[in-house]
Amino acid sequence: MTKSELIEIIAARQTQLSVKDVELAVKTLIEQMSETLASGERIEIRGFGSFSLHYRAPRIGRNPKTGESVGLAGKYVPHFKPGKELRDRVNKGLERDSLQTDADGSPDSSGSDSAAGVVKSAAEADGTGQPSQTNLFE
Amino acid sequence: MGALTKAQMADRLFDELGLNKREAKEIVELFFDEVRGSLENNEQVKLSGFGNFDLREKGERPGRNPKTGEEIPITARRVVTFRPGQKLKARVEAYAGPESE
Repeated sequence: MTKSELIEIIAARQTQLSVKDVELAVKTLIEQMSETLASGERIEIRGFGSFSLHYRAPRIGRNPKTGESVGLAGKYVPHFKPGKELRDRVNKGLERDSLQTDADGSPDSSGSDSAAGVVKSAAEADGTGQPSQTNLFE
Repeated sequence: MGALTKAQMADRLFDELGLNKREAKEIVELFFDEVRGSLENNEQVKLSGFGNFDLREKGERPGRNPKTGEEIPITARRVVTFRPGQKLKARVEAYAGPESE
Protein backbone atom coordinates (compact mmCIF):
# COMPACT_ATOMS: atom_id res chain seq x y z
CA MET A 1 0.00 0.00 0.00
CA THR A 2 1.33 3.41 -0.95
CA LYS A 3 0.60 6.80 0.55
CA SER A 4 -1.89 7.65 -2.19
CA GLU A 5 -3.71 4.34 -1.72
CA LEU A 6 -3.82 4.98 2.02
CA ILE A 7 -5.33 8.41 1.36
CA GLU A 8 -8.03 6.92 -0.91
CA ILE A 9 -8.95 4.26 1.63
CA ILE A 10 -9.18 6.71 4.52
CA ALA A 11 -11.27 9.07 2.40
CA ALA A 12 -13.66 6.21 1.59
CA ARG A 13 -14.00 5.24 5.24
CA GLN A 14 -15.30 8.61 6.41
CA THR A 15 -17.99 10.92 5.15
CA GLN A 16 -17.13 14.50 6.07
CA LEU A 17 -13.89 15.19 4.25
CA SER A 18 -12.96 15.26 0.58
CA VAL A 19 -10.04 13.24 -0.79
CA LYS A 20 -8.10 16.52 -1.04
CA ASP A 21 -8.68 17.25 2.65
CA VAL A 22 -7.66 13.73 3.63
CA GLU A 23 -4.55 14.02 1.47
CA LEU A 24 -3.55 17.21 3.25
CA ALA A 25 -4.27 15.63 6.63
CA VAL A 26 -2.19 12.51 5.91
CA LYS A 27 0.70 14.61 4.62
CA THR A 28 0.48 16.79 7.72
CA LEU A 29 0.60 13.71 9.98
CA ILE A 30 3.65 12.31 8.20
CA GLU A 31 5.36 15.69 8.30
CA GLN A 32 4.67 16.00 12.02
CA MET A 33 6.09 12.52 12.63
CA SER A 34 9.23 13.37 10.65
CA GLU A 35 9.66 16.69 12.47
CA THR A 36 9.30 14.95 15.81
CA LEU A 37 12.06 12.47 15.03
CA ALA A 38 14.23 15.17 13.47
CA SER A 39 14.06 17.09 16.75
CA GLY A 40 15.13 14.01 18.71
CA GLU A 41 11.75 13.20 20.23
CA ARG A 42 9.94 9.88 20.33
CA ILE A 43 6.57 8.94 18.84
CA GLU A 44 4.36 6.59 20.86
CA ILE A 45 1.22 5.18 19.30
CA ARG A 46 -0.67 2.75 21.50
CA GLY A 47 -1.55 -0.46 19.70
CA PHE A 48 0.81 0.37 16.85
CA GLY A 49 4.32 0.96 18.13
CA SER A 50 6.93 3.54 18.94
CA PHE A 51 9.53 5.40 16.95
CA SER A 52 12.76 6.57 18.50
CA LEU A 53 16.30 7.39 17.50
CA HIS A 54 19.20 5.01 17.82
CA TYR A 55 22.71 6.36 18.05
CA ARG A 56 25.37 5.08 15.70
CA ALA A 57 28.87 5.61 17.08
CA PRO A 58 31.54 7.34 14.96
CA ARG A 59 33.54 4.91 12.87
CA ILE A 60 36.26 4.75 10.28
CA GLY A 61 34.76 4.18 6.88
CA ARG A 62 36.49 3.49 3.63
CA ASN A 63 35.96 4.96 0.21
CA PRO A 64 35.14 1.82 -1.81
CA LYS A 65 36.70 3.29 -4.96
CA THR A 66 40.04 4.53 -3.61
CA GLY A 67 40.33 2.41 -0.46
CA GLU A 68 41.03 5.61 1.44
CA SER A 69 39.97 5.79 5.11
CA VAL A 70 37.45 8.44 6.11
CA GLY A 71 36.32 9.31 9.61
CA LEU A 72 32.52 9.15 9.88
CA ALA A 73 30.87 11.14 12.65
CA GLY A 74 28.39 9.58 15.07
CA LYS A 75 24.79 9.94 13.97
CA TYR A 76 21.20 9.12 14.85
CA VAL A 77 19.00 6.79 12.83
CA PRO A 78 15.21 6.33 13.09
CA HIS A 79 14.03 3.11 14.72
CA PHE A 80 10.56 1.56 14.93
CA LYS A 81 9.50 -0.94 17.54
CA PRO A 82 6.13 -2.54 16.79
CA GLY A 83 3.74 -2.59 19.75
CA LYS A 84 2.25 -5.78 21.11
CA GLU A 85 -1.05 -5.45 19.28
CA LEU A 86 0.63 -4.93 15.90
CA ARG A 87 3.04 -7.81 16.52
CA ASP A 88 0.24 -10.15 17.51
CA ARG A 89 -2.01 -9.20 14.62
CA VAL A 90 0.74 -9.51 12.01
CA ASN A 91 1.72 -12.88 13.42
CA LYS A 92 -1.92 -14.03 13.39
CA GLY A 93 -1.81 -13.22 9.67
CA LEU A 94 1.01 -15.75 9.27
CA GLU A 95 -0.98 -18.38 11.16
CA ARG A 96 -3.99 -17.68 8.95
CA ASP A 97 -1.92 -18.00 5.78
CA SER A 98 -0.31 -21.25 6.87
CA LEU A 99 -3.70 -22.72 7.76
CA GLN A 100 -4.83 -22.00 4.21
CA THR A 101 -1.80 -23.69 2.63
CA ASP A 102 -1.90 -26.55 5.12
CA ALA A 103 -4.56 -28.53 3.26
CA ASP A 104 -3.53 -31.78 4.96
CA GLY A 105 -4.51 -30.33 8.30
CA SER A 106 -1.50 -31.21 10.39
CA PRO A 107 -2.14 -31.62 14.11
CA ASP A 108 -2.63 -28.43 16.09
CA SER A 109 0.51 -27.19 17.77
CA SER A 110 -1.07 -24.47 19.85
CA GLY A 111 0.45 -25.92 23.01
CA SER A 112 4.05 -25.13 22.09
CA ASP A 113 2.83 -21.93 20.49
CA SER A 114 1.54 -20.39 23.69
CA ALA A 115 4.65 -21.48 25.59
CA ALA A 116 6.83 -19.58 23.13
CA GLY A 117 4.48 -16.64 23.48
CA VAL A 118 5.27 -16.51 27.19
CA VAL A 119 8.98 -16.49 26.49
CA LYS A 120 8.59 -13.72 23.99
CA SER A 121 6.47 -11.42 26.09
CA ALA A 122 8.76 -11.95 29.06
CA ALA A 123 11.79 -11.15 26.97
CA GLU A 124 10.44 -8.02 25.35
CA ALA A 125 8.75 -5.09 26.98
CA ASP A 126 5.98 -3.53 24.94
CA GLY A 127 7.31 -0.45 23.20
CA THR A 128 4.03 1.37 23.44
CA GLY A 129 3.62 1.02 27.18
CA GLN A 130 5.61 3.10 29.56
CA PRO A 131 7.87 5.55 27.78
CA SER A 132 11.45 4.48 28.15
CA GLN A 133 14.15 6.88 27.16
CA THR A 134 16.81 4.20 26.96
CA ASN A 135 17.51 4.72 23.29
CA LEU A 136 17.86 8.40 23.26
CA PHE A 137 19.19 10.51 26.03
CA GLU A 138 21.65 8.27 27.76
CA MET B 1 9.06 17.37 26.34
CA GLY B 2 6.98 14.20 26.03
CA ALA B 3 6.66 11.83 23.11
CA LEU B 4 4.31 12.56 20.22
CA THR B 5 0.97 10.79 20.68
CA LYS B 6 -2.26 10.45 18.70
CA ALA B 7 -3.85 13.22 20.77
CA GLN B 8 -1.20 15.72 19.69
CA MET B 9 -1.49 14.59 16.10
CA ALA B 10 -5.24 15.26 16.19
CA ASP B 11 -4.56 18.68 17.76
CA ARG B 12 -2.31 19.59 14.88
CA LEU B 13 -5.00 18.72 12.31
CA PHE B 14 -7.41 20.90 14.30
CA ASP B 15 -4.97 23.84 14.65
CA GLU B 16 -3.40 23.75 11.22
CA LEU B 17 -6.10 22.43 8.89
CA GLY B 18 -9.21 23.47 10.78
CA LEU B 19 -10.72 19.98 10.96
CA ASN B 20 -13.12 19.76 13.86
CA LYS B 21 -11.92 17.78 16.88
CA ARG B 22 -13.97 14.71 16.03
CA GLU B 23 -12.84 14.59 12.39
CA ALA B 24 -9.23 15.13 13.43
CA LYS B 25 -9.33 12.30 15.92
CA GLU B 26 -11.04 10.02 13.38
CA ILE B 27 -8.41 10.68 10.69
CA VAL B 28 -5.57 9.88 13.08
CA GLU B 29 -7.30 6.64 14.12
CA LEU B 30 -7.98 5.64 10.52
CA PHE B 31 -4.39 6.38 9.54
CA PHE B 32 -2.87 3.93 12.00
CA ASP B 33 -5.72 1.47 11.64
CA GLU B 34 -5.23 1.21 7.88
CA VAL B 35 -1.45 0.87 8.10
CA ARG B 36 -1.91 -1.88 10.68
CA GLY B 37 -4.60 -3.57 8.58
CA SER B 38 -2.36 -3.64 5.53
CA LEU B 39 0.51 -5.18 7.51
CA GLU B 40 -1.87 -7.66 9.06
CA ASN B 41 -2.77 -8.78 5.52
CA ASN B 42 0.91 -9.22 4.72
CA GLU B 43 1.04 -6.14 2.53
CA GLN B 44 4.00 -3.77 2.78
CA VAL B 45 3.23 -0.07 3.42
CA LYS B 46 5.24 2.58 1.61
CA LEU B 47 4.96 6.15 2.87
CA SER B 48 7.16 8.22 0.59
CA GLY B 49 9.13 10.88 2.45
CA PHE B 50 8.92 8.81 5.64
CA GLY B 51 9.73 5.15 5.12
CA ASN B 52 8.53 1.63 4.39
CA PHE B 53 6.98 -0.89 6.73
CA ASP B 54 8.09 -4.30 5.48
CA LEU B 55 7.21 -7.80 6.59
CA ARG B 56 9.72 -10.55 7.25
CA GLU B 57 9.20 -14.16 8.06
CA LYS B 58 11.46 -15.76 10.60
CA GLY B 59 11.83 -19.48 10.97
CA GLU B 60 11.63 -21.31 14.25
CA ARG B 61 14.76 -20.91 16.36
CA PRO B 62 15.92 -22.16 19.73
CA GLY B 63 15.02 -19.91 22.62
CA ARG B 64 15.13 -19.92 26.36
CA ASN B 65 12.80 -18.81 29.09
CA PRO B 66 14.87 -16.00 30.63
CA LYS B 67 13.39 -16.66 34.08
CA THR B 68 13.83 -20.42 34.34
CA GLY B 69 16.56 -21.00 31.74
CA GLU B 70 14.37 -23.71 30.24
CA GLU B 71 14.90 -24.28 26.51
CA ILE B 72 11.77 -23.66 24.44
CA PRO B 73 11.72 -23.19 20.66
CA ILE B 74 10.62 -19.74 19.48
CA THR B 75 7.99 -20.52 16.86
CA ALA B 76 8.15 -19.27 13.28
CA ARG B 77 6.68 -15.80 13.08
CA ARG B 78 6.05 -12.85 10.83
CA VAL B 79 7.46 -9.52 11.97
CA VAL B 80 7.22 -5.87 10.90
CA THR B 81 10.39 -3.95 10.13
CA PHE B 82 10.62 -0.25 9.37
CA ARG B 83 13.06 1.06 6.79
CA PRO B 84 13.32 4.84 7.00
CA GLY B 85 13.42 6.64 3.65
CA GLN B 86 16.33 8.79 2.48
CA LYS B 87 14.55 12.03 3.34
CA LEU B 88 13.77 10.99 6.93
CA LYS B 89 17.27 9.58 7.42
CA ALA B 90 18.83 12.84 6.25
CA ARG B 91 16.61 14.91 8.55
CA VAL B 92 17.35 12.73 11.56
CA GLU B 93 21.06 12.64 10.83
CA ALA B 94 21.10 16.42 11.11
CA TYR B 95 19.95 16.10 14.72
CA ALA B 96 22.99 16.88 16.85
CA GLY B 97 21.93 14.91 19.90
CA PRO B 98 20.76 16.04 23.33
CA GLU B 99 22.14 19.48 24.23
CA SER B 100 25.16 19.02 26.41
CA GLU B 101 25.16 21.10 29.55
